[in-house]
Amino acid sequence: MIGLELVYALAGAMFLGFALVTAWHRRDRKGRATALLWGLIALSFLLGDYIGDMANGLLAIVIVVVAASGRTGAAPPESDGTASATALEASARRYGNRLFLPALAIPAIALGGTVLFKSVPGIVKASDATLVSLALGAVVSTVICMVWFRTKAQAPLREGVRLADGLGWAILMPQLLASLGIIYAAAGMGSAVGHLLDYVDTGGSLLAQVALYCTGMALLTVLMGNALAAFPVMFAAMGAPLLVNVQHGDPAAVAAIGMLAGFCGTLLTPMAANFNLVPAALLNLRDTYGVIRAQAPTALAMLVANIFLLYFLGFSR
Amino acid sequence: MLVLLAVVVLVAGLVVRVNPLAVVLASAATAGLAAGLPFLDLLARFGAAFNANKFVTAVFLVIPTIGLLERHGLQERAKQLMRGLRGITLGRLLLAYLLARQLTSAVGLTQLGGQVTMVRPMLAPMAEAAAEKDGSGHDSDRAKALAAATDNIGLFFGEDIFLAIGSILLMKGVMEGYGMKAEPFALSMWAVPTAIAALLIHGTRVMLLDRRKRPGADAAAAAAENSSTDSAA
Repeated sequence: MIGLELVYALAGAMFLGFALVTAWHRRDRKGRATALLWGLIALSFLLGDYIGDMANGLLAIVIVVVAASGRTGAAPPESDGTASATALEASARRYGNRLFLPALAIPAIALGGTVLFKSVPGIVKASDATLVSLALGAVVSTVICMVWFRTKAQAPLREGVRLADGLGWAILMPQLLASLGIIYAAAGMGSAVGHLLDYVDTGGSLLAQVALYCTGMALLTVLMGNALAAFPVMFAAMGAPLLVNVQHGDPAAVAAIGMLAGFCGTLLTPMAANFNLVPAALLNLRDTYGVIRAQAPTALAMLVANIFLLYFLGFSR
Repeated sequence: MLVLLAVVVLVAGLVVRVNPLAVVLASAATAGLAAGLPFLDLLARFGAAFNANKFVTAVFLVIPTIGLLERHGLQERAKQLMRGLRGITLGRLLLAYLLARQLTSAVGLTQLGGQVTMVRPMLAPMAEAAAEKDGSGHDSDRAKALAAATDNIGLFFGEDIFLAIGSILLMKGVMEGYGMKAEPFALSMWAVPTAIAALLIHGTRVMLLDRRKRPGADAAAAAAENSSTDSAA
């Protein structure tokens, strides 16, 4: 059965390709360290499952040292062969709206593949169907583009590495923060924050308790970067013992709206790097926290909305 | 309680703008040592976690395609398309996207959006072009950041209506641990009021973007409308 191993091999090959085209084509100051960085990430994808935990830990540290050294980065703009604005406009007119098709083919194949692989067992492991299908979509779409644009064989790698160089350290942030979340959980971060909340006096008011529960969920999510990590802690600290058992709230409402209050925290935190920091890098925003700033008013209003929804709908009086 | 120091390290590091990757490592080390984990044990746990989370980075497999398409004018095409549409504004574009993102996520089609595959190559350039055209004077960074924000908000407050999403399964598991009966359907129905609130709140916010007019914007917008209809013809 096909599983994540194949996706990792493909990602490893892609990053190895990034390393090779960087080493081959770039002669500027930052070329060598950048090639090393993509090479190390390739190593992690290709060998990570075989070298053991300790070696993976060392590899992660070396990757961070290289990425944080300030010696990596994009090529100077004049040398990376970026097409001029007028050339791109002309190209866009020439190919027209058909340009959207390969881009939309990626999610379409990812979606179709997920449904197919989950309903027809035996081809792809059900748990890995989503990522395998996404990888399939990426490969198919790349081949379509190569044939359509009649590009050289290394063109996808050169265009890909241009984007990857622009992303820089942000490309690793989601994986590193997910690892940090696991260390936080192992170190008892959740219960420490849970204990802090015990010191808050709600004066027995249901609205204050609901507000503390929802705010705590959002706050813990801000720290952990993931509402799924915050939920078990807050549900154990306040949801089950207080809101359900004492105040007789509807358990499903307490859980579901609590989780959604956590999502408000996700919108506010750099810890949720793939949603908040990666897009800022992808879109070349001047402000690293620009996406969070754009989300903050909605997130805070939604937190208040969730508090009132749970208070008014979740408890039968 | 000592583990809370790890948060102090994290926040302080990000505030003084040390490289964020280094800040994360330092925070992980602080948390582990504060909890009394031996250093080598901590290193092994971090290594295991790093390796187990490779799938998070694997989504970047799509960047060669996106790069190829952008090289052939995908972002410019997205802008041209917006310039050719009559009556499009930043607010209307984002409201339509928000609604579409919530509805598709609610039926499980979460992969139809996304920052790498949808926002960077298509939605963000569309938002930039719409903001240029509608005379509201929002600069391109603001338009792009709002596009990214709208994708996240539509996803978060839509996906929990779908039964088989990870968060629903987690809630079910945790609740059963307390001996509570947890029906995924009930959990997903409780996500509906919040989804409606999100549509109202964020929808209102993006529509209010259109109310801001810079001085002389009407003339500029009319001029932009004329030139764009010419060029699109």
